[in-house]
Amino acid sequence: MTHRTRDLQVSALARIEGEGALRIVATDGQVTDVQLRIYEPPRFFEAFLRGRQHTEVTDITARICGICPVAYQASAWQAIESICAVHVDEPIAALRRLLYCGEWISSHALHIYLLHAPDFLGYPDVVALAADHRAIVERGLRLKKAGNAVLEAIGGRAIHPVNTRVGGFYRAPLKTELLSLGEILRRALEDAIATTSWVAGFEFPDSEIDCDFLAVTKPGEYAIESGTVASARGLTFPAENFPAHVVEHQVPHSTALHATLDGGLFLTGPLARYTINSAALSPVARQAADAAGLGATCANPYRSIVVRAVETVYAITEALRIIESYERPDPSFVPVPPAAGDGHGVSEAPRGLLYHRYRLDPDGLIESATIVPPTSQNQAAIEADLRRAAEAGLRLPDDELTAVCERTIRNYDPCISCSAHFLRLQVDRR
Amino acid sequence: MSRPRPAVLIGVGNPYRRDDGIGPALAAAISELDLPGVTVLTSDGEPSRLLEAWWRASLAVVVDAVRLDGGVPGRIHRHHVAAEDLADGWMSANSASTHGLGIADAIHLAKAMDQLPERLVVFAVETDDIGYGEHLSPPVRASLVELTHVVLAELRSG
Repeated sequence: MTHRTRDLQVSALARIEGEGALRIVATDGQVTDVQLRIYEPPRFFEAFLRGRQHTEVTDITARICGICPVAYQASAWQAIESICAVHVDEPIAALRRLLYCGEWISSHALHIYLLHAPDFLGYPDVVALAADHRAIVERGLRLKKAGNAVLEAIGGRAIHPVNTRVGGFYRAPLKTELLSLGEILRRALEDAIATTSWVAGFEFPDSEIDCDFLAVTKPGEYAIESGTVASARGLTFPAENFPAHVVEHQVPHSTALHATLDGGLFLTGPLARYTINSAALSPVARQAADAAGLGATCANPYRSIVVRAVETVYAITEALRIIESYERPDPSFVPVPPAAGDGHGVSEAPRGLLYHRYRLDPDGLIESATIVPPTSQNQAAIEADLRRAAEAGLRLPDDELTAVCERTIRNYDPCISCSAHFLRLQVDRR
Repeated sequence: MSRPRPAVLIGVGNPYRRDDGIGPALAAAISELDLPGVTVLTSDGEPSRLLEAWWRASLAVVVDAVRLDGGVPGRIHRHHVAAEDLADGWMSANSASTHGLGIADAIHLAKAMDQLPERLVVFAVETDDIGYGEHLSPPVRASLVELTHVVLAELRSG
């Protein structure tokens, strides 16, 4: 039966094409080449979107990712609405932010508990962690379920939400429907604060990533569903200037395309968001961050688990705030008449900044689409961190070095299009 | 919180990856029959969602695609998963991404947390083409009739 069950692991691979691999070349004790093949950009969807009506886009982009479909919807509706000169009212904008908070809660709980925490506690995976600390893993699953409850109440279901559309929602929930959500979220807030204290007690290797950070930002709030783009080193620009600053190109030491920010290395994701936007955390989230020992910025990739926990607290407080002041949008959407032009959208997917661009013809048909997800932006920074980790661990046997490299990659929770048996490490020692 | 329910059918897969869509296709077919006492769901196979989906079910039937080297596309495998048969010391396959956790992880996690359904049966259909696109390959599409038949028999036996 064991063998049969392991066969099922192959089924996870059925969703996936290609095989991830890390290749490290060391010459005379120096790492000379690091190649990480983890990511397959959503080119199919870019092609698939061409010729589709502008109103269909969010149903299609939601399918790109089962973990962060709302992010793919949010960046898309923003871009389309900017072309069609539509501006949604505050009640619709608030409902969208509530939906996105659900995705953050759900995705962060999944990463913290099912993937990242075992690394810090000496367990090979969450199954072993659950065997010894069942109550802790139950807390994680409860937290994730709370996020799913938000997604279901607002989006119609937990994966690939069906209730969203350009211009708003097919149906806006009644205030009474959100009250039970409030109860779930108040319990989840306790769980999230407990999670922050728990992860703050882990041991974190000394490590700081040396590159610029890029995140969406918005005055007065910790940006999630919209905003302009800012870097930690002082750059700011609107979404439409993203392609002028973030450029993908070939590099000699890697087979993957690398993105640069004005020619330099950069990272997007929790560390970037926290460093750029931490002043805008809610009081409860700020308190959790202080108690966890986080300052105004964080550049230690291992501590990304603490940032995710603080962001989970934040997302829950935001969700509760929105529910308390909820006014049911009526009508639930703004009509979005077709228009020709180019539009851009940015939002903060749980893993980082997600950029979309669309070009529509006068009938609203999509002529072209560009999607730049966080993982493709982070590829170069992850490789740079791996190079550092590999150099430090070069004397280790291959299996130990593999574990070090896997842990390094898990700090970033990349979207990988090829997962199981993913890290086939090849070390060429010359 | 979900109410106790007699049976759940979970179609796992991505309809935009051709034959990986067999689980959702089967779920759609079963859903149309509107069977009393059977909840029909689709899933991407992420473990916590599977645990939630089969929580307190007396019978959970999971249908997914499987890729086997040298296999026969469209061939159907049935596995009855029993807790006592699951070896301790299961190791996830070195996943570095939340996107890489799958059904086997879910089953072992459920066992560790005592959240397996009373009876769990997994049907796996061998794939031909899991490239990007919307339609099932001919051999996998052809298997849908037999698959519906055997899954219905399983659900009725529960």
